[in-house]
Amino acid sequence: MIKRLTTALALLAFSGMAAAAGPALQGDIQIQPTNWHAIIMFMIFVTMTMGITYWAAGRTKSTADFYTAGGGITGFQNGLAIAGDYMSAATLLGLTAMTFSRGYDAYIYMMAFFAGWPIILFLMAERLRNLGRFTFSDITSYRLDPSVRTMAALSSLVVVVFYLIAQMVGAGQLIKLLFGLEYNVAIFAVGILMMVYVTVGGMVATTWVQIIKACLLLFGGTLTLILGFSQFGFSLTTLLEKATAVHKLGASLMAPGSLLSDPVTALSLGLGLMFGTAGLPHILMRFFTVGNAKEARKSVLYASGFVGFFFNVIFLLGLVAILLVGQNPEYFEGGDIKGALIGGGNMVAMHLAHAVGGNMLLGFLAAVAFATILAVVSGLALAGASAIAHDIYARVIRKGECTDKEEIKVSRMATIFLGIVAIILGIAFEKMNIAFMVGLAFGVAAAANFPVLILSMYWKGLTTRGALWGGYSGVTSAVLFVVFSKSVWVDVLHNAAPLFPYTQPALFAMPIAFLCAYVFSVTDSSARATREREAFEDQYVRAQTGFGASGASH
Amino acid sequence: MSSVIYERLRRNPKFDELVQKRGSFARTLAAIVLIIFYGFFMLIAFNPKMLGQPIAEGSMWAIGYTAEMVMFVFFWLLTLLYVRRANGEFDDLTAEIIKEAQKETK
Repeated sequence: MIKRLTTALALLAFSGMAAAAGPALQGDIQIQPTNWHAIIMFMIFVTMTMGITYWAAGRTKSTADFYTAGGGITGFQNGLAIAGDYMSAATLLGLTAMTFSRGYDAYIYMMAFFAGWPIILFLMAERLRNLGRFTFSDITSYRLDPSVRTMAALSSLVVVVFYLIAQMVGAGQLIKLLFGLEYNVAIFAVGILMMVYVTVGGMVATTWVQIIKACLLLFGGTLTLILGFSQFGFSLTTLLEKATAVHKLGASLMAPGSLLSDPVTALSLGLGLMFGTAGLPHILMRFFTVGNAKEARKSVLYASGFVGFFFNVIFLLGLVAILLVGQNPEYFEGGDIKGALIGGGNMVAMHLAHAVGGNMLLGFLAAVAFATILAVVSGLALAGASAIAHDIYARVIRKGECTDKEEIKVSRMATIFLGIVAIILGIAFEKMNIAFMVGLAFGVAAAANFPVLILSMYWKGLTTRGALWGGYSGVTSAVLFVVFSKSVWVDVLHNAAPLFPYTQPALFAMPIAFLCAYVFSVTDSSARATREREAFEDQYVRAQTGFGASGASH
Repeated sequence: MSSVIYERLRRNPKFDELVQKRGSFARTLAAIVLIIFYGFFMLIAFNPKMLGQPIAEGSMWAIGYTAEMVMFVFFWLLTLLYVRRANGEFDDLTAEIIKEAQKETK
């Protein structure tokens, strides 16, 4: 029933999008006569992924299928899918743009994004897999009261929503440039396609969308780099020499710049990105899609390999773009290379693709970027839906007394709800820099999810009271620091000066969360706390050996 | 519930061996990554000028950029090292512990 309904919805959305694209395209066709490449390639991607979604729908029967693809994904596939989840539109568009305008600072950002992976592997991957089932809240509430689950689910939702905003804004800007569509129409298209993938195909479809997209992204990015880099004889020295010569930063292009000018911001950013990765619900969820700890470890190995490789590609793309896009009046409003880029600052990668590979490559890379956004928002929506349906509805409200059918139904409704929220917020935050927004999402993940998760796995003394205080103080302080910082308080709410002087919350919010969790745990002398401390033993043995962990269902 | 078997797994001296070996290996690797990473961020914060210097007189390669490229490769190699040892040696040991605990049941 639901399946048929959502398939109908898919067709409706699809034809509606094509119809909406029609007239806008005719209007724009003199300026961008080659948009058809992108549109055709994107349509191929959508058709293909819709086919996969249809196939996946037949394989999605239980909640395990819906949330974790039945645990039947291999380490290599999952590694690609994690890389697909992690290399978002903000990575491709935002970080290329940041390299283009700020040079080396972007590379520092990339290292901070990357360095979380080894830490996740060494300290978390196998315990996550051995203890969790569908969501990371399964782990935090393993031996604690269900109220801890509610808290973890709520903080997951905060992270998901922050991250969704960044993705939606990227989508709107990209499609505006590419299809000549209104920003708002583009946001609706992404939101609706995402709802179809997730509601119909669950984790199986979402995983395969991620895998396909990760391959396309790696291929498209590398190809663009090879074409661009060849113009400099593949010599990094030549490239650096020329880029430094023309860039407005001059010799300091390759030195740390204004972005991390003070120690507090640098440290806070490092903490936020590193431990934020370890607190992203849609990334943590991917650890439950593999059969055992062995495959979970392999997932990280492959994922970090792909991510590390791609970051280096992106940095070089940004440097190449300084010369091939930054020096070409064709890509600037009114042909003035000191003015604004056509389509906004985040379009550097797209212009570069056009510069080195013509309309064909622009079309391909644009289609890939659109696919990227779709894949990432799908992963996010699924993580958000599992927090609502599995944690809050099935476990807390129904106390585990609900059938698979009911839970999946609620998941689907939650996905549609999240889609609508994403559309509304995407429109509200149109003017923000998307890489920066992702940085904020990470800060909240680092302060809200990571402290409670790591303590619940490592510290015997953690009690329900401590976990609740730690979690809620983490979410609240991270959100407040962000709201009172310049990026929201001044730029969005138009106040004169920020109440909180730094842009990165992690350095302040993380210690608050850890401290609250510690103080309220050790002072907890209730009978429940004693039981919870005793229950750590069994959890510890299971975490170490994987004995009793939920295995692959097929 | 399964508390009995967890108790039995726990009592096996091999369990302590596993936890001790794998734990210290993971902690060592994590410490290496954290020290290098935050050391690097402290340099960015307190001595950004130095990172902008070329690695050699007249070279276009800045110290910071070059060091970071090396970090990307080095960190990945550490993950490879961990996965190889954990999926081989440590998982074999885990399998032995579980097997012995289950044998006791009969």
